[in-house]
Amino acid sequence: MTTQVATEEKNYLQEGHTLASWLLTKDHKRIAVLYLISVSFFFLVGSIAAMMVRLELTSPRGVLMSNETYNKAFTAHGAVMIFFFLLVAIPAVFGNFLIPIMIGARDLAFPRLNLLSWYFYMAGGTMFLIAMMSGGVDAGWTFYTPLSSIYSNGQITLALVAAFVSGFSSIFTGVNFIATIHKMRAPGMTWWRLPLYVWSHYAASLIIILGTPVVAITLLLVVFERVAKIGIFSPELGGDPVLFQHMFWFYSHPAVYIMVLPGMAVISEVMACFSRNKVFGYKFVALSSLGIAALGFIVWGHHMFVSSQSMYQGIVFSFTSFLVAVPSAIKVFNWSLTMYKGSVWLASPMIYALGFIGLFTVGGLTGLYLASTGTDVHVTATYFVVAHFHYVMVGGTLLAFLAALHFWWPKMFGVLYPEAIAKWNALLVFIGFNLTFLPQFVVGYLGMPRRYHYYYFAPEFQVYHVMSTLGASALAISLITPAFYLTYSLFKGPKAPPNPWAAKGLEWEACASPPIKHNFHGVPVVVGDVYDYDAEAEERALRGLPPKETH
Amino acid sequence: MAISLNKMNQPQDVVYEQFEDLAQQQETYVIGMWAFLVTEVMFFGVMFMSYVVYRWKYQPYFYALHQELDWRIGGINTFILLLSSFSVALAVHFHQKKKKMQTLACLGFTNLCALAFLVIKMLFEYIPKWNHGHYPGPGFTWDNPNIPGNIAQLWYSLYFGTTGLHGLHVLIGIILFSVLMFMIAVDHPAITDYLPTEMLGLYWHFVDIVWIFLYPLYYLMPK
Amino acid sequence: MNFPFAPEQASNFAVEYDTLFYIITAFTVLTTLFVFLLCLGLIIKYKRGSGKPEDRSNPMHHNTIIELSSSGGFLVIGLGIFFWGAKMYLEMRQPPENAMEINVIGKRWMWHAQHDNGVRENNELHVPVGTPVKLTMISQDVIHSFYIPQFRVQYMVVPGRYTQMWFTPTKPGKYNLFCAMHCGTQHSEMGGYVYALEPSEFAKWKESGGDRFRPKPEMPAAAGKQLYEDFMCGSCHTEQDNKRAPSLYGLFGRQRQFTDGSSMVADRDYIRQSLLAPEGKITKGYESMMQPYSFTEEQILELIEYIKTLGTPAAPAAPVTAAQNAGEQR
Repeated sequence: MTTQVATEEKNYLQEGHTLASWLLTKDHKRIAVLYLISVSFFFLVGSIAAMMVRLELTSPRGVLMSNETYNKAFTAHGAVMIFFFLLVAIPAVFGNFLIPIMIGARDLAFPRLNLLSWYFYMAGGTMFLIAMMSGGVDAGWTFYTPLSSIYSNGQITLALVAAFVSGFSSIFTGVNFIATIHKMRAPGMTWWRLPLYVWSHYAASLIIILGTPVVAITLLLVVFERVAKIGIFSPELGGDPVLFQHMFWFYSHPAVYIMVLPGMAVISEVMACFSRNKVFGYKFVALSSLGIAALGFIVWGHHMFVSSQSMYQGIVFSFTSFLVAVPSAIKVFNWSLTMYKGSVWLASPMIYALGFIGLFTVGGLTGLYLASTGTDVHVTATYFVVAHFHYVMVGGTLLAFLAALHFWWPKMFGVLYPEAIAKWNALLVFIGFNLTFLPQFVVGYLGMPRRYHYYYFAPEFQVYHVMSTLGASALAISLITPAFYLTYSLFKGPKAPPNPWAAKGLEWEACASPPIKHNFHGVPVVVGDVYDYDAEAEERALRGLPPKETH
Repeated sequence: MAISLNKMNQPQDVVYEQFEDLAQQQETYVIGMWAFLVTEVMFFGVMFMSYVVYRWKYQPYFYALHQELDWRIGGINTFILLLSSFSVALAVHFHQKKKKMQTLACLGFTNLCALAFLVIKMLFEYIPKWNHGHYPGPGFTWDNPNIPGNIAQLWYSLYFGTTGLHGLHVLIGIILFSVLMFMIAVDHPAITDYLPTEMLGLYWHFVDIVWIFLYPLYYLMPK
Repeated sequence: MNFPFAPEQASNFAVEYDTLFYIITAFTVLTTLFVFLLCLGLIIKYKRGSGKPEDRSNPMHHNTIIELSSSGGFLVIGLGIFFWGAKMYLEMRQPPENAMEINVIGKRWMWHAQHDNGVRENNELHVPVGTPVKLTMISQDVIHSFYIPQFRVQYMVVPGRYTQMWFTPTKPGKYNLFCAMHCGTQHSEMGGYVYALEPSEFAKWKESGGDRFRPKPEMPAAAGKQLYEDFMCGSCHTEQDNKRAPSLYGLFGRQRQFTDGSSMVADRDYIRQSLLAPEGKITKGYESMMQPYSFTEEQILELIEYIKTLGTPAAPAAPVTAAQNAGEQR
């Protein structure tokens, strides 16, 4: 499946240099680059808010800001990170860039819709920034009614509309991926030859199109309740505030899988490439993505064990939550076993991927405390939960994002970054992350509620908060560093060959770095199996041994 | 609805650069449309779910409040929408046979029905209720002492929310049908086969099905 | 500086809770360690350029037995945790009959507790050691969450409906009381302390309300009676059932049949709803005549306390009519 690449041909980055050629592009790769710039910006915004929160918590009485500012800071952190970073980061950047190439298509099915989704995303993001700057939002990213609909002041209406608009961006992307994956695979690219990357994105897209509309309309109802005082969720008007929680979590729990499934997608690719091995249990991993997507829709009630839903309901949701743990566990074991009889190359993407496995394991296992009804009661809504979902979201999605960035950077921009710095930085991310969030498990178990500005009733929490903030500083440094060396590599980095990792897959074997406008010359025809690495042959070549005789 | 607009403007005889051939392009469009309809179902799902919850919670009040709606007007509208669905199916049929005038006639009739639906809804339901102050919001007035005002307002919120969302879809349908008819009438190069009609037809059937569920829930249940 | 690792164990749930908590912790640590060592071992053995190339011959790409047994084993352990957790949860959700009752109202940003003798306290809660305490909670505005870490109990306090939780303090002391659900500006300061007192001390405290109330507070039931008279509820709800309205004697805890064919036990939520939106549940055999009233949460709680003094089905404070009994049995 190799195609000769003509060197003098223009790549997608050189097809027009005007601003309009970027802002009106229909090329999935350019849209991916637009997304990369925008999500990085929103990640910066969310991180600044996070640092404000962490700094403030070093003292039990807080010295830097008022109650209201603190509430606005953590809301900004949560909402920006979730709606404008985690939900879009991997699908919209790397999904957009890679799905057409991996299945051998020239573009996504609906390129204009793809561009439109970026504009919706930017419109939503801009609205949210305006909301943040013109009064702020202090209701928490969960927007629980009736706090968000009646009581809270501030720009909640605008923030909700922003989330609503960016929801459409998600839906467009999801529809696009589904149509593309179903109908635009190259000849020979059967379902069981699809890279696991595509499988995971397919599962995530299913969740997007089924879940996002629910939260979109629910947030719109909150807007109506706030603006026109019509009451669906407010008890004064006969409504039920807990109904909001049901509808919110019906989307927002599966949304966790929208965030983490694309992360798992990246890890599958990276583990295969840097272990020089086919992903262990390919079909199990592929099907476990669909299993997660399906089971993910029937577990939302585990966010509500203490919210006055019926206790039997709680137990049913607890049971389904234990079921959804199984496909996640399968994936972790399979990724680890991928290294078995492989040829493990500890390059920077691999270090991030190994970090992902470690942190996701802890994140997943601490989910057991929360999925079990009895143990959830004490730690729900405490820092234990905060630590748990940061292990899954940051340890999962963010590390996968960084792994993807380092893995496909040469492909996207045709340059190599300084690998030695990248490796050490990957290690620093892992250490800084653990320093930040391990203490939060303890302080959560001690009873520190989340979203607390002051904790002078319980000064014994302070030591853990200080530890956490120290870790966060290390984490911050390790997250800024890649911005420098990657930008540096854009201008001064050595030119990348088409396949710097000697990896398998259409994007590496049949595509230039960076790819040309329509990715391929002609239509690639897929004949081999997916991930057909041969670790033994590579090891022989490494030692200068002749290839092994085949019998 | 920018999606469908986009798609219809695309010259279909040109196979788009990302596709191999016309068949692949058409199948992809249909899959995309179905995926979009799935999201639409989930949109309305929230409204239906809210209705079910409060109907359960305030059963007797909701029974009484259903009397606020005239089942005859709803019935006429149901009939109109069913007719329009039938005629849109005919339009697809005629378009497949490449009979331009019949296609246009059927689409025109569909559009007329859709318009009639909205006019009836406005004249006989929305405007009278508005004049009585029966609209959710700060100006809501309620003088039936047997039903607490807040529950009446909740019911009206659900009624206006659901039928309003549905009405919005009807309105978008009218606009799209008009554009499509114009393009067919002037033999716009984008219309090379029946696919745009079929996709719009899919959308319109979906709008109808939503109403088929709305009508009994809001108009017929207490009967 | 001290590094506390666990909150005090001060209620009947704490010991069992911690046991399960530490078991899951052990499982978490062991599994993480297993994955860590597995990865480390594989990396060391199969690192690029280490070992012999032949180590990589005949690679294994799938093994259904490993897949099924590892996920099956994981599921079995998970289900073990599930059952234990569910057992504990069911216990937490079902207060014992003889529990001492305290009403709690949450509002932005304070907790208000009412003892059955009318003693009230704000942002504090005094409870006796060794007696089960049941809290009936409602919020006046947004959703709050009543959380006592040292008791390992938490439950949300929701506007529009009563929620409840219970615990038996086992150790005298001063414990944290937090609002765990974000409720706006001063969320982090909506809290205080729970004082678990020895029974004798508690009795003394309750008698005087900590000597903070002068004159001595009114009993909630008495306040409810006053309301009942002020709003002339008695003109329809007489001692006996009449044409207009059923008697309220022996109402609390009675199975009520309604005109729409449904039925429910007359509990706090039912009485609250009947005051605010009576037509929702009209007792079978009656017409809808009562208008909706708007009371504050405190007034509603007082009225409920008063209605409770009118007796239970087993022991009504006044004779119940034959018609009423027949109505219930149908």
